Amino acid sequence: MSTTETAAKEAAPAEDRTKPAETRVLTEYEHESPLIACRFDPRGRYVFASAQDNSVLRWDLASGEKTIFLLHDSWVRAFGFTNQGETLLTAGGDGRLAWWETAAQKPEPSRVVEGHHGWIRALSVSPDASQIATGGNDLAVRLWNADGGSLVREFTGHAKHIYSVEFHPDDGNILLSGDLAGVIKQWNVEKGEETRSFDAAPLTSYNGGQRVDFGGVRTLCFSPERQHLAAGGLHEASNPLGAVHEPILLVYNWESGEKIQTLTSKPKHKGVAWRAVYHPLGGYLIAVSGGSSGGYLLFFRDAESNEFAQFKLPNIARDMDLHPDAFRVATTHYDKRLRISALGPPEVDQPA
Amino acid sequence: MKCSYACGSSEHLIARRAFLGGVATGLGASALNLGTLVQPAAARNLVSQQKRVLCFFMSGGLSQLESWDPKPGADTGGPFRAIPTSVPGIHLSELLPHTAQQMHHLALVRGLNTSEDDHGKGRYLMEKGRRKMPGIQYPHFGAVSAKALGTEELALPGYIHITPGGGGGTSNDAAYLGPKYASVVLGNGNPPQNSVRPKAVAEDSATRRQKFRQRVNDHFARNRRTAETDAYTESYEQARRLMERRELFDVSQEPEKDQERYGRHDFGRHCLLARRLLEADVPFVQVSHSNYDTHNENFNFHLEQVSEFDISFAALVADLADRGLLDHTLIVVMSEFGRTPRINHYYGRDHWSKAWSVVLGGCGVQRGAAVGKTNERGTEVVDGEVDHGALFHTYLSAVGLDSTGEFDLGGRKMPMADPAATPITELLA
Repeated sequence: MSTTETAAKEAAPAEDRTKPAETRVLTEYEHESPLIACRFDPRGRYVFASAQDNSVLRWDLASGEKTIFLLHDSWVRAFGFTNQGETLLTAGGDGRLAWWETAAQKPEPSRVVEGHHGWIRALSVSPDASQIATGGNDLAVRLWNADGGSLVREFTGHAKHIYSVEFHPDDGNILLSGDLAGVIKQWNVEKGEETRSFDAAPLTSYNGGQRVDFGGVRTLCFSPERQHLAAGGLHEASNPLGAVHEPILLVYNWESGEKIQTLTSKPKHKGVAWRAVYHPLGGYLIAVSGGSSGGYLLFFRDAESNEFAQFKLPNIARDMDLHPDAFRVATTHYDKRLRISALGPPEVDQPA
Repeated sequence: MKCSYACGSSEHLIARRAFLGGVATGLGASALNLGTLVQPAAARNLVSQQKRVLCFFMSGGLSQLESWDPKPGADTGGPFRAIPTSVPGIHLSELLPHTAQQMHHLALVRGLNTSEDDHGKGRYLMEKGRRKMPGIQYPHFGAVSAKALGTEELALPGYIHITPGGGGGTSNDAAYLGPKYASVVLGNGNPPQNSVRPKAVAEDSATRRQKFRQRVNDHFARNRRTAETDAYTESYEQARRLMERRELFDVSQEPEKDQERYGRHDFGRHCLLARRLLEADVPFVQVSHSNYDTHNENFNFHLEQVSEFDISFAALVADLADRGLLDHTLIVVMSEFGRTPRINHYYGRDHWSKAWSVVLGGCGVQRGAAVGKTNERGTEVVDGEVDHGALFHTYLSAVGLDSTGEFDLGGRKMPMADPAATPITELLA
């Protein structure tokens, strides 16, 4: 289990009390600019978000106080945490990877690394929090020393922009990266070698009329027992430039590498599965979809091809994270708001 | 409007106004297609200078913020940064690093307001220099260039359009100038359709057929020449000339290193083909690049498209400069409009014609200039506002034409450019 998960576990209840069909918005935090990505810190004290004004925002969940982190001169697309949640990592369109004190009163980056030429779209922290993997538009996956910020290794082989990276939660020698072409590569971290790949072709398409590649592996996550890997994004992209496409998740058997399930929404929403996470206690998948149908939280069981519950968010959504209490969900929205939703009715509310 | 030149009298061969500017030098005017509109002395000037036009059409509406007029740090700016160029003080989007190094050959028009957000109408006014009006068709910039800059000796069409896809063929975009000046479309850069002599027809047999056809056509034309018969005859002649020059469309004949330098993709191949056509004296070559109509995920798609454009376009500009062709070739990069400064909820940008940019370069242009200015958010033009009409005059002036000139169509005078507009003088060399 990763150190981040260990920190999260301390804040989590012993049993699942969620009722996804009764999800409701608890709180809204507002900024001056549309929001992009979001993450809770592993100890559950704060929620972080990035905005189209290039800032990173931290809201104290207890007080609602907002603190602004300024450094990047492009949109921040990825967050991570090390040092039992005491260190925040940010990365984005300026290609920089930055270290911050998570709880700083006057945030200043303690280290900044020029990580990639072009955007960093994703980062993942190794289970022991000693290494950080980043993926960028320069087609490289890079491995960084979490303490010193030095480059440890580079993984090359992707032919299209890298959209997602994810360490195996229990084995720091296994790293996954997914790209625009619907290719998921599994890397042996120590040897720097590709060990296998997963075919996620349904997540991508080339539109000959519009002459564009579209889709990609937007999210990767492991099931709580590690027997399944899920990859998400979009499909049915009949009009990529006009936002006509639908969210989709693919579930693979981790051992065999075979795709065992395709998850889509019913009724068919128009949008992208920007992120998916497995609920650690309920075992179900939570995906956030944003697109021309609006914003939705979709809840899937691996054995069923359609969601067993959905929740329509008040505005189009762009990212999502599950609080360590396994009950609250944060979503970022175009209407400049971060919303905290509860995965159940008031009578089963968890303490903040 | 039909073209009507049945009588072929000398009055219809020379317009009343001098059509061209500049100093007369060089070869005779008899070979030019300018008979209907110029004085011979002025026409000679063009031949010596071999003026050509290379036009890029960014289909769908290129975002000015992700290309020529970046606004980093503004709420409308998006995630891309600005980078310096070879011209001190001018910055472009970071999506154009190669083009940035060629900026000293180019000029920016950043104060464009065309007030037309419809794709079809926007394209019409940008390519024809005037708004679409009921009951009248104006010729495409390419057709005007083909007529004004082409010569009778030219074995190739005067206006060639390389499109990203499609089967090719011809268009009717020459309006009253007649089909001779309409575009020949090379779908995906492929040679013109049916330009290979059928194997069943021997070469000498094809030659005899052609001579017989010419003899019959000449006999018929002596008494009953019309625009339609001319078009019919010209279509055969053009096909024959194209068949003779078919190798011109084969970019695989270019060195491997050039093919690599232009990019191993369709647009790279199309730009290399454009270079071959310009070197073969085709007066007007248009290359279209698709697709920029990015209402959804504007930044991902511009990353994809502009990055592809940047490598090939910059290679072509550099080559034209190195080969001395840039002094005789006007470059234009246009679109039907720009895109909204406002970023929509799909990370997209919509249509925006109130404040956007085009690029010019090469002959007749103040290279390294940036004319016009938008406000900090890119929502409005705050200095040097111009429209499509002024641009059209500027294009013609840059290649040495008097943009206030007229076509004489059987006694009816048709202004080449909108009489209500004038060139952007500060942009002209």
